[in-house]
Amino acid sequence: MWLRIQRLNQQRFVLTAKDCSTFVSAVCVHQLHTSSTEPASSSYNGLYPGHIHTTPIQKALLAVGSGVAALRDPYRHDMVAVLGEATGHFALINLRDRMRNDPEGYTILTERPRIRLSTIDVAKMASLPEGSFGREYVRFLEDNHVTPDSRADVKFVDDEELAYVMLRYREVHDLMHTLLGMPTNMLGEVAVKWFEAAQTGLPMCAFGAALGPLRLNARRLQTLVTSLGPWALRNGLRARFVLNIFYERRWEQSLEDLRQELNIEPPPVILSAAKKMST
Amino acid sequence: MAASMRLLVRRAVRLSHRNITLTAAGAAARSGCCRGPSVCRCFSDEAEDRSTHFGFETVSETEKAKRVYKVFENVAQKYDIMNDAMSLGIHRVWKDALLHVMHPQPGAQLLDVAGGTGDIAFRFLEYIRLQEERQKRRAARSSQTPSWQDISNNYSTEDESRESRAVVCDINKEMLKVGKQKADSLGVSAGLSWVVGDAEELPFDDDQFDIYTIAFGIRNVTHIDQALQEALRVLKPGGRFMCLEFSKVNNPILSSIYDAYSFQMIPVIGEVIAGDWKSYQYLVESIRKFPNQEEFKGMIEDAGFYCVKYYNLTGGVVALHSGFKL
Repeated sequence: MWLRIQRLNQQRFVLTAKDCSTFVSAVCVHQLHTSSTEPASSSYNGLYPGHIHTTPIQKALLAVGSGVAALRDPYRHDMVAVLGEATGHFALINLRDRMRNDPEGYTILTERPRIRLSTIDVAKMASLPEGSFGREYVRFLEDNHVTPDSRADVKFVDDEELAYVMLRYREVHDLMHTLLGMPTNMLGEVAVKWFEAAQTGLPMCAFGAALGPLRLNARRLQTLVTSLGPWALRNGLRARFVLNIFYERRWEQSLEDLRQELNIEPPPVILSAAKKMST
Repeated sequence: MAASMRLLVRRAVRLSHRNITLTAAGAAARSGCCRGPSVCRCFSDEAEDRSTHFGFETVSETEKAKRVYKVFENVAQKYDIMNDAMSLGIHRVWKDALLHVMHPQPGAQLLDVAGGTGDIAFRFLEYIRLQEERQKRRAARSSQTPSWQDISNNYSTEDESRESRAVVCDINKEMLKVGKQKADSLGVSAGLSWVVGDAEELPFDDDQFDIYTIAFGIRNVTHIDQALQEALRVLKPGGRFMCLEFSKVNNPILSSIYDAYSFQMIPVIGEVIAGDWKSYQYLVESIRKFPNQEEFKGMIEDAGFYCVKYYNLTGGVVALHSGFKL
């Protein structure tokens, strides 16, 4: 019987080797077929789940296309996200290095926390005292009818760590709104974009900061130019780097305290969480 | 890649099981028992896991059907916009060419398989309507001074001729939904019906239709030969099979431009307009996996069609294949 099992093993080995060679030749054939992009599959063969390989030409086309689409319809968050990914390579490297050089930022890079409804305890945060960071964040989510789960996945960043940095930036965006006291209407978003552009240097933020005001009416444009804009820029330049804060450990901290720690002034104008469709 | 690894492992395990069973069968045979059923069970498992291509990926046949369904479910809402964007509007020329070659006459019964958003069916009904108007005008011109007898005869014969009918059949309910919405907004309803069905197993009786069309759908079918046999079955004798599909471009310059455009631009357009890169990646890859004009002509002939010919459109980017059931 031992001999029979050994023969079985040999046969299995032979068949597997043959299957392997057909598999290898299939891979070679399909690499011949793929001109410049690799096939996308649900069981991912990119660097991280959801990764799609793109050539520089495709990134350029994506940047132009998503920029136009985002301008035409600012509510297409996926286009803003794609624009950020297609244009942000060098800025992301800079952000990643800044995170590495800071102890708290380095902890974030190693622990990779995620801000999603499944990882944060919204009920617990809602029960925190008034004025605490967690409580104000939950208030922001409720007032503006947003959820942390609506962020698009990162697809076009060609490095696994940089993809996390991009994702972290995206997930921290709502916390920026809370820290700056800005609602999610057009004026609030533009103010946050000015702040983020100064902080991160991402081309997408600069793009949004420059072209976003085009969609504001005269009154809001005036508010932006005279008080909100300069305040956002000033604070963006002097505040501590926002990606280096482990927000998940600071829900109990008072919002004022956190603002002081980060060197952010409170907003000069209190904006109400206006209806979603107004600009 | 992980999918094909899993397939390999499964196949290896199954083959080893078969070895064990065969050896056991061998032993049992020696001891005088019959082990037939367990061996047969192994072979039927093999059939279920036959693999095919999904774009450039290798998947099992059941998985391909599911994934194709998912692709079209995702793209249905933006399907028409994407067609215009990707082909720069040229897909309208291809579909018009199909109708011109088809040249349907009033009374024809059309089955448009994988007809989804109804482009072919709408064009068919419009073409028939124009034909009918032309016929009426010709009849009016030729009978300039009819007698009252003739006029009353004309009134009675008008309703007797069979009304043309277009049936749009698609496996994907989302695509049919979009098609129905289009029909409503165009105000087209007479002679049009929408049926959910699988091209490999059509829910129609034999010898039903004069014309069977499948436009840009047959490359998504898992078993093309079965779809062709079904087409033969539901056509009346004398009926025509017509297929519009992406095909091989022979001119090397045009081919390299076409490849570059397909792989560089189309997934980008898919991402920007429809927010779905992967579905359009699948679409351009599936075009490369489809047989070329001559091979497909051979497949149509094998299914039993006669007078099979093809016309190359746009340099071979699209081929229109036609065959008759005699």
